[in-house]
Amino acid sequence: MPLRAKVATSVSKTAAALSRAAGRGDGSVIGGWIGLKIDPELLSHLASGRAIALVSGTNGKTTTTRLAAAALGVLGPVATNSFGANMPTGHTSALAKAGATPFAVLEVDEHYLARVIDETQPRVVALLNLSRDQLDRAKEVAMMAQMWRTALAGHPDVAVVANADDPMVVWAARGASHITWFSAGQRWHDDSFVCPESGDPIERANGDWWCTGCPLRRPQAQWRVEDDGVIDPRGDWHLVKLQLPGTVNIGNAATALAVAAEFGVRAIEALPRLSTVASIAGRYAQVDRDGRNIRLLLAKNPASWLEAFDMAEQSPTLLSINARDPDGFDTSWLYDVDFSPLHNRPVLITGDRAYDLAVRLEVNGIPFRHVLSFEEAIRSVPPGRLEVIANYTAFQDIRAELDRVN
Amino acid sequence: MSDSTLRIVWIYPDLLSTYGDRGNLLILGRRAAMRGIPVETYSVRSDQPMPSTADIYLIGGGEDGPQALAAQRLINDGGLHRAVNQGAAVLAVCAGYQLFGHSFFAKGTKCPGLGLLDLSSDRGETRAVGEIRGDIDPRLGLPPLSGFENHGGRTHLGPGVAPLARVTAGIGNDGQTEGAWHGKVLGTYSHGPALARNPAIADLLLRWAIGADSLAPVDDTWPERLRAERLAAAGA
Repeated sequence: MPLRAKVATSVSKTAAALSRAAGRGDGSVIGGWIGLKIDPELLSHLASGRAIALVSGTNGKTTTTRLAAAALGVLGPVATNSFGANMPTGHTSALAKAGATPFAVLEVDEHYLARVIDETQPRVVALLNLSRDQLDRAKEVAMMAQMWRTALAGHPDVAVVANADDPMVVWAARGASHITWFSAGQRWHDDSFVCPESGDPIERANGDWWCTGCPLRRPQAQWRVEDDGVIDPRGDWHLVKLQLPGTVNIGNAATALAVAAEFGVRAIEALPRLSTVASIAGRYAQVDRDGRNIRLLLAKNPASWLEAFDMAEQSPTLLSINARDPDGFDTSWLYDVDFSPLHNRPVLITGDRAYDLAVRLEVNGIPFRHVLSFEEAIRSVPPGRLEVIANYTAFQDIRAELDRVN
Repeated sequence: MSDSTLRIVWIYPDLLSTYGDRGNLLILGRRAAMRGIPVETYSVRSDQPMPSTADIYLIGGGEDGPQALAAQRLINDGGLHRAVNQGAAVLAVCAGYQLFGHSFFAKGTKCPGLGLLDLSSDRGETRAVGEIRGDIDPRLGLPPLSGFENHGGRTHLGPGVAPLARVTAGIGNDGQTEGAWHGKVLGTYSHGPALARNPAIADLLLRWAIGADSLAPVDDTWPERLRAERLAAAGA
C-alpha cells in the first residue's frame, strides 16, 4: 500500500475510534470521510488483494450482507460494514478497521453501486431487488435499473448473483456474462408492471412473470426457497434455521448462500454460521423492559412494511414514522401500504409524522392511539410482547432509548 | 349499478401510481360512505377500455415512460374525453395533471396530451421537491392547499383555465401559481395522496359529482391536525 494510503488508513481508524469514544455514533462514516480526504483512492487501495462481494438493492441488503459475511467466515476473516454505513465512506472505514483480511462483504447503497464496483473490483455482485424508496430524492426505479445495467456492462468479469423474481433486477443483470439466479419471492409488484426493455405490460402467474411484448421473462432460478429451507443448484434441499423471523429472511439466507458458493463455500458448511446471527444493528432485536418483551422491526418503504407485517405477531404494535433527511421528506408512501394486517390488535402510533400515520390508519379503518413517547407506549400495553415497527430514524430513536441495542 | 350510486374511476394504476396515489381513491370512497352515499370504485388498467359514464375520475403521478404511454392510450381510447365532455369531475395529479394539457415532455421528447385543460408543460431548470402551500381560487371557497410536490416540469396556463391556487410556499406551476381548474376538472402538482391533507377538495369533488351545495360534516380531527402541522412546516 502506498505511504499516503497507509497514513490515510491510520488517521481514518483514529478518527473512527475518537468518534466512538465521544459517543457520536459508531464512527463508521467519519473515519472513512477523513481517510478519503487524505487519499481519494483509499478505498481502491484498501480493497486491493481482497476477494470482495458487494450486496445492493432496495431492501434486505444489511441482513443479506451480514448473513453472507457469516457464510464466508468458513474460509477466513471477512471485513464487512455491518452497521449499515453503505456508502464509500462506510466501506473505507470498514476495510481500514478490519485490517488485512482475505475477504470482504460490503453492503452498497444502490446509487453508489457503479462507483464502488469501479473502486473495489469485486469478484461477486449480488442484486436483491429494486422498488420505490424515498422518491423525493432517490432515482426513480427505472433509472436505477439503467444505472446498474450500465455499471455491470463495464465489468464483464464480475460474477452476478441476481433475483430472478424482480423484472427490474433481471433486466439490469442481463448483460453480465456470469449470472447465478436466485428466487427469494417478491411480495411487492407495484414497481414492475411495465417492462423496462419494451414498455409493454408484464404479466404474472404462479410465481412466473413475462413481458407481453418482448422476450424478457423470468429466468430459471438455480437457488430457491422452498418451505423453511433452500434448494441449491444441484437440487438438494437444506433446512435453514435462523434466529431472524419471517420468510423474507429465508430468502436473504438463500441469497447469502448463493454469494458464498461463488467463493467455493458449500451450503452445508455455511448454514450453521447463518444460524448464529441474532440481530443486525438492532433489527429483530428483542429487549425486555418493565415486563414487556419489545421486538424491533425496521420498515423503510412499502415493500419492507409488507415484510414486517408478515413477521409481527398478533400482539400490541407500536408504529413510529419520521420524515427526516435519511427517511426522505415525503410520506406519500403510507398509502402504498395496506395496514389491514393490523386489524384486531391494539395499535399505538408515535414519531415526528404521527399525524400522517393517523390519517392513513383512519382511512384504512384501523383504530389507534397516539402516544407522545416510547415510554408512554410501554406503559400503555400489558406485559408481554410489544412489536415495534419503525422507519429509519424513528427506529434509531427507539434503539437509543434501549441503550443502542444491537 | 343503480343511478344513485357514485362511481369513481382510478385511471391506469398500473402506469400512474408512483406516490401513494391510491390514497385519493380510498379517501373519496370513505368520505362518500360516511355521508351514506353508495360508492363503487373501479381501478381501470391500461389494457382495459376506459368507461365514459363514471362520476369522478382520478389520475396520478408516474415516471416519464408510463406517462407517455398513458397519454397515448387515453387519446386512442377516447372514453375519458367523452366523460369530461359529459361533465364528470376529475382530480389530476402531477404526471396526470401534465397529460391533461396540450403537451408535455417525457424522456426529452414533446408528447401530445389529452387537451382537456388549456395548458402545456415543459422542463424546469431545477426539480421542485418539497412542501407546497397555496391560497386556492376564492371562487372555489376552499381553505389553503397543502401538499408535497416532486416534479421537474413547469406548466404554462392558457386563457381557458384558472390557477387552482396562488403559491405561498413551494413552486407549483412556476413559483407563482399552482395547478389549474376548469369546469369540474382540477389539476395539481400536490402529488400522491393529495386529498389526505385537503379533505375540502375531496368534498368539492363529491359535491360536484352528486350536485349538492353542501355535505354533512364529518369528524376531521386528524386531517385538521395534519393540515395545521404541514401548513406551519411549509411556512418555516
